[in-house]
Amino acid sequence: MGPLLDSILSPAFGFAILRIMTPILFPTIGVAISSLAGSINIAMEGTMLMSAFTGVIVSYFTKNIYLALLAGILVGVTMGFVLGYFHLKLKADIILSAIALNMFASGFTIFMLFLIAKDKGTSISLRSLVFPDIHLPLIKEIPIIGEILSGHNLLTYVAILSIIFMYFLIYKTRLGLRIRAVGQNPDAAESVGIDVKRIKLYSLLISGFFGALGGLYLSMGYVSWFGRDMTAGRGFIAVAASNLGGHLPLGVFISSLFFGLINAISIYLAPLRLPSEFTHLIPYVTTIIALTFYSIRMTRKKKAYKGKI
Amino acid sequence: MVAILEAKNIVKVYPNGVVANKGVSISVEENTIHALVGENGSGKTTLMKVIFGIEKPQDGEVFFQGRKVQVKNPHDAIALGIGMVHQHFMLAPDLTVAENLVLGQEPLKNKFVLDTKKAQEITQEISEKYKLPVPPNKKIKDLPLGIKQRVEILKVLLRNAKLLILDEPTSVLTPQETEVLFQTLRELKKYGKTIIFISHKLKEIKEISDKVTVMRDGRIIDTRDANELSEHDISFLMVGRDISYERVSASEAIGEPLLKVNNISFTNEENSPVLKNISFEIKAGEIVGLAGIEGNGQNELVEILTGLRKADKGELFLKQENINNLSPRKLREKKICYIPADRMKNGVAEKTTLEENFIVDRYCQPPFSRGFRLNWKYIEKYSKELIRKFQILAHSSKATVDSLSGGNIQKVVVARELSADPKIIVADQPTRGIDVGSEELVHNLLIDARDKGSAVFLISANLDEIIKLSSKIMVIYQGEIVARFDKIDGIRDVDLGHYMLGLKRGEV
Ligand SMILES: Nc1ncnc2c1ncn2[C@@H]1O[C@H](COP(=O)(O)OP(=O)(O)OP(=O)(O)O)[C@@H](O)[C@H]1O
Ligand SMILES: [Mg+2]
Repeated sequence: MGPLLDSILSPAFGFAILRIMTPILFPTIGVAISSLAGSINIAMEGTMLMSAFTGVIVSYFTKNIYLALLAGILVGVTMGFVLGYFHLKLKADIILSAIALNMFASGFTIFMLFLIAKDKGTSISLRSLVFPDIHLPLIKEIPIIGEILSGHNLLTYVAILSIIFMYFLIYKTRLGLRIRAVGQNPDAAESVGIDVKRIKLYSLLISGFFGALGGLYLSMGYVSWFGRDMTAGRGFIAVAASNLGGHLPLGVFISSLFFGLINAISIYLAPLRLPSEFTHLIPYVTTIIALTFYSIRMTRKKKAYKGKI
Repeated sequence: MVAILEAKNIVKVYPNGVVANKGVSISVEENTIHALVGENGSGKTTLMKVIFGIEKPQDGEVFFQGRKVQVKNPHDAIALGIGMVHQHFMLAPDLTVAENLVLGQEPLKNKFVLDTKKAQEITQEISEKYKLPVPPNKKIKDLPLGIKQRVEILKVLLRNAKLLILDEPTSVLTPQETEVLFQTLRELKKYGKTIIFISHKLKEIKEISDKVTVMRDGRIIDTRDANELSEHDISFLMVGRDISYERVSASEAIGEPLLKVNNISFTNEENSPVLKNISFEIKAGEIVGLAGIEGNGQNELVEILTGLRKADKGELFLKQENINNLSPRKLREKKICYIPADRMKNGVAEKTTLEENFIVDRYCQPPFSRGFRLNWKYIEKYSKELIRKFQILAHSSKATVDSLSGGNIQKVVVARELSADPKIIVADQPTRGIDVGSEELVHNLLIDARDKGSAVFLISANLDEIIKLSSKIMVIYQGEIVARFDKIDGIRDVDLGHYMLGLKRGEV
């Protein structure tokens, strides 16, 4: 265990947590905002895949990272729109529609990958541009802290700033207030003349936007290629993380950090010659355990509230 | 006097074919309090929803302040100056009072940013103007019902409503809260507002309203000055027959104790003692009434009696048998029935049919089922019988519960519970939201059950009801029985009121 402890106590481990947290934090924010509006977007998995793929393809063909970013975001927001169209306009169940979108995204990206790269696995043959790493002036000079905080991919910082953005959006803007009102009591919102469907659609578009950033980071930061189903369940872990964090900014940040930590541990355990099936299991098992504790706590809370009436 | 609102020939047919308004015309004079009364399902709520733009009528026109108007949605209504306080509150529970008030017309700083300070100022201003104090920064879910309703009224006033529609505002209020609401309404009248007020409580209608319109079966029967009519006249107009308000005679056949409650105590999850050493017994053939302001432990007591909650201490007996900690199902098998206070939450499954709701507690017994299969033919026949006997207004036994009017939903619950041949009946607010005719029906059914030897435990915020029906009365205050009356004759509601408010304690 000695070498493992050493590596976990090293600044590199702290750095790894933030790096691994990024592609969870983005979709978690997306899920949280849509949940606050009362129409949970569990199509994050598919949204991330589509954007990750689009980013790689566009950057390969245009060699322009701005265009890749733009295209990726556009595709993510479109996924949110399509989900909104199914759910709000055609009145389909939002969970079922999201599952359909996830399956579509998985199949579609593999199909296109095959058409373009003649490869059903990864796009290693397609070189993708990546977003730059940022070295924070001053902070990088601080021992340990500098090593943990500085030198991350641009999108990692964007992710952390997104928490502040989310806080501002939810608590300080009119749209945020309306999102919360619609989520808590749509009839109440409607009765004061708020267009409930429009607010829900906005929240789905925003969640698509954050899903897109998560996907783009995966294929153009975390690694520099696209691989089939490379999201590996992060979109679903985001659903768990959002619930654990109560869909609120600070909670969402802490729970994403927690899942980042767990994932980092599972990676650091790999050299220990434990069966890899076991180490890979850790994040998912933790998710289940965390959710169990969360539901127990919520039931308690509910009971306490009921007792008060 | 000029009419502020005039509706002409409103016809409303719901998608399921129910004609809820059959050519209704009503005229409401400016600056009056106009009561709208009528039996359950007579179409009062529907008419108001049409005026407020929630439901689209098939025919008819609406004039507001002399102009013909098209109200397509609540937004249009608000813009005209019509506001509605719904029977179930339209508030976001996790938002603050101020946020709920400004919702939909939020003050902004730079186009996007909420001006929270301004929102609080607005709240303060309007609440001072109309003398309706509210805590601007408290979350709605932490407020008592009366204050929530006040927020609703302020919400309507903030939008400059000239006409306020209140749909059964008093059905969830205690007598004290009702008094406060009435002061508010009188105050609003001084400000030139017009109020339409729906209620089933005739005493209140006499007290507060200037005009009374009576509806029956989707039509308007009559509109009169309130002081021309006695309570008696109003109920006669509503149901077309006389209704008795006399105290019912006590049952002769009082038998052995059926329900015995010994020293029940309960401390809730927040460590406050909600029930303290409650003991009482109910004999066969007796109705014991529990009076008290809501939130003094009645809910917990009822839940303990019906197996929904476990007491920390104490015992329950059915005759000699200990029934502590039995599941609700076991209790039901022992013929303990329960009419819950919150019908939508604990009484019915609203998306399912009347038939299904009638048999939920007995589907597994013959003749409702044969082996694995439900006997739908019998269930239908049985349901139709209940619908007839309890005078439930429903277009079919296969109608879903949510297509019924509020009072008729209550009757569905009462019908199921009282038809189970109960030994003990726990009746929590059994007549909330139902009209005088149906109220009498429910009262008679409870009395019938009593005379057949059931023990009835009646919990009600309506003191008239308690005094009318009970053989004995207990008053609960902060989880304690503070008074017991074994002789009811001559007791007035104000006497009970003193104990309910904790101003007095009796011998217990
Ligand atoms: N959404 C709906 N769909 C179908 N039928 C409905 C619907 N709402 C009400 N009805 C029917 O319309 C009729 C009138 O209902 P309404 O709610 O207007 O009665 P009400 O006078 O307000 O009664 P209550 O005093 O019980 O509240 C009832 O027969 C009811 O079953
Ligand atoms: Mg009604």
